[in-house]
Amino acid sequence: MSAYDIFVEPWASHASSYWPVAAMAFFVTAACGLVGNYLVLRRISLVGDAISHSVLPGIAIAFILTGSRSGFPMFLGALVAGVATTVIIETLHVRSRLKQDAAIGVTFSTLFAIGVILVSVHGGHTDLDLDCVLFGKMDIIMDMPAVFAGLPAVVLTMAAVALAVGLLILLFYKELLVSSFDPNLAASIGIDPRIAHYLLMAVLSIVVVAAFTSVGAILVIAMLILPAATAYLLTDRLWVMMVLSVAHSLLSALGGVHLTVALEVPTAPAAVVVGATLFLLAWVASPRHGLLRLWLRRPAPGGGEPAGEGDTAVA
Amino acid sequence: MDRSTDPAPGRRRIGSAVAAVAAGVFLASAGEAHAERIGELVQTDPWEQVGRFFDLSDENTRGLRVAFAGALFFGAACGLLGSFIVVRRMALVGDAISHAVLPGVALGFLWGTDKDPVAILVGATAVGLLGALVVDWIQRTTRIKQDAALGIVLASFFAVGLCMIRMIQNGEGAANISGLKTYLFGDIGSLDRADVATMAVVVVATVSLVALLYRPLLAISFDRGFAASIGLPVRVLDGLFQHFLAFAIVVSLQAVGVVLVSALLITPAAAAYLLCDRMHKMLWVAVLIGMLSALLGVFFSFLGNNLPTGPFMVLGASAVFLLAYLFAPRHGRFTKWLRRRARRRKVRDENAMKAIYRILEREGRPEGGVGIAALAAERGMPEAAVLGELHGLGRRRHVELGDGEVSLTAEGLRRARKVVRNHRLWELYLTNEADYAPDHVHDDAEKIEHFLTELEVAELERQLDFPQTDPHGQPIPGLKSV
Repeated sequence: MSAYDIFVEPWASHASSYWPVAAMAFFVTAACGLVGNYLVLRRISLVGDAISHSVLPGIAIAFILTGSRSGFPMFLGALVAGVATTVIIETLHVRSRLKQDAAIGVTFSTLFAIGVILVSVHGGHTDLDLDCVLFGKMDIIMDMPAVFAGLPAVVLTMAAVALAVGLLILLFYKELLVSSFDPNLAASIGIDPRIAHYLLMAVLSIVVVAAFTSVGAILVIAMLILPAATAYLLTDRLWVMMVLSVAHSLLSALGGVHLTVALEVPTAPAAVVVGATLFLLAWVASPRHGLLRLWLRRPAPGGGEPAGEGDTAVA
Repeated sequence: MDRSTDPAPGRRRIGSAVAAVAAGVFLASAGEAHAERIGELVQTDPWEQVGRFFDLSDENTRGLRVAFAGALFFGAACGLLGSFIVVRRMALVGDAISHAVLPGVALGFLWGTDKDPVAILVGATAVGLLGALVVDWIQRTTRIKQDAALGIVLASFFAVGLCMIRMIQNGEGAANISGLKTYLFGDIGSLDRADVATMAVVVVATVSLVALLYRPLLAISFDRGFAASIGLPVRVLDGLFQHFLAFAIVVSLQAVGVVLVSALLITPAAAAYLLCDRMHKMLWVAVLIGMLSALLGVFFSFLGNNLPTGPFMVLGASAVFLLAYLFAPRHGRFTKWLRRRARRRKVRDENAMKAIYRILEREGRPEGGVGIAALAAERGMPEAAVLGELHGLGRRRHVELGDGEVSLTAEGLRRARKVVRNHRLWELYLTNEADYAPDHVHDDAEKIEHFLTELEVAELERQLDFPQTDPHGQPIPGLKSV
């Protein structure tokens, strides 16, 4: 394989057929990444993981009942499963001596196991199989009829979801900001932090379910956290962090599609690999918080605080 | 937690572990056989399958014996290490490490052309430990917190693993695909004797580690500051624990799968945590539940055709957890509810008998019938409710219901006297010893009268120098009358 084959050829010959896949990958990672900013800042990243695992039985049951892989029934099933998860975790955590981490672990693994069994019993010859749960199925988008700008309906739906998430965040930017960093201040200026929390959870569930068919149940956590974590290493301002996370989503979507073509791997894990690489770059070379900076700064006396130690506020 | 002086807990534990391993090896080796694996067994009707499952002497089920032994081994290892994970609140760390081993499994496959358990063990363990290290590193060098660090490592490593698996599949054709698939969702039928032997080694090592380093591990799990202050090498112990955790995860992979193996660490231990109050008991119970869950998984996947075994093992563990959650002797929801209900009934009954006694006392007669209406007025309740209570008391032979009136039986009188005695002694105690005003002591005594034990009452009486009357001048029934 020459450098041409690896770096140029995929774009030269497949650009048009992979355009919908690239768009889908971007919309999914952008929607997830925008929500993920708040998960990372609120230190509840793994709630995203728990939700993405435990909605599987709901999705599977809706799929078995209706035989369709998209649309309202699946979302309803996921919603029921998601609410059930929250209730079960709370019940286990509050009403027994189990700690929260164990309660989360027990709940989501049980629901996920039920989902996997349902999928493997009923989904053998359909679109919803174990491969979909693991890898997601982005390549089937290429076979769908285009509706607008060369994009099929599912991609447009995902674009709408991403846009809606962006608008919601714009609309409630102040509320989310204040309640994420200082719940007490939020309460004192008349913003109920619980409302912000539930709003965030609702948006998170919608995004996770919308992303399910494209990225599966397990990789969603990467889409949620990698853009935000990467951006978090690069800036101290929330709105810059959001812009950077969208940029991260764009780059990992394009890189993911590139790897898909070059190495014949599924798009979702490929995009995550690219996203992880970008995170690694930021970790090493971030101007303010990077390892290199940390390493250069350490011997110099009076060079200020090493980056990792101070928990500089983002605002 | 456990600071009792058990002379040789370590030696005993090693002894029983050796016995368990011997039993496993026997199961795995006894008899020569046709079917090497469960999957190769001829499928017949379900009930016949159930029969064959329990008939281990059947020559065709040698594959099943291998699966059995394997399930016992990794169930034990997961239960043992899972207990520490649960008490250390590291459940999600276990989840992250178990997802992170996937690239190592793929590397193990790339190493040898054939499936080589040792290569996979080494590859997966190394990558799993690298994952744990990266989590630690991210937290130490950046301002990213543990939750996000775990998420990043979990998903990034897993994605790399998925890409590698797909590339192996693309490259080498169908031969390896089935082998790799088993590592994602688990297939206990794919275990062979080499796998089980590897498991046996890991289990023996894990049990020995816990037996030899029980106290240091306990110390770092419950109070790291204390552990460091008595000179324990906390970081070394942490590292050692993580190594064994990675080993246990990796040997369980083939049967449970990368995706769900963390559940086998968390759920049995969480169930044991609900059942036990002491760590050494919890370890035993978690080991037993781990083995039971794994066996349940073997059983169910034996019944179903070509289904992944991991989810069934997880559901087996979840079922045991649910039972523990509901019926644990001390902490179970259902047992707690029963206890609460019994207590409420006791209070209600005693109040009813006490009211009858007080009416009799006021009217100056030692026994006899009391009108239902008078009783209802005394208790401030509607007559129908009072009657309902009395029917229950009548069934337990504490009262006798007559025409419009009710009388205490001998047993009922004894109980009523006891409650009144508790009440008045407590009132006197509060007045004399705790300097309460006599008109402030009734409500408190009203609550505690039902729960004083005989010993406590005897001590009260002794301290009060065997009084005859309470602060309101009413007689206290003597010990003989109750």
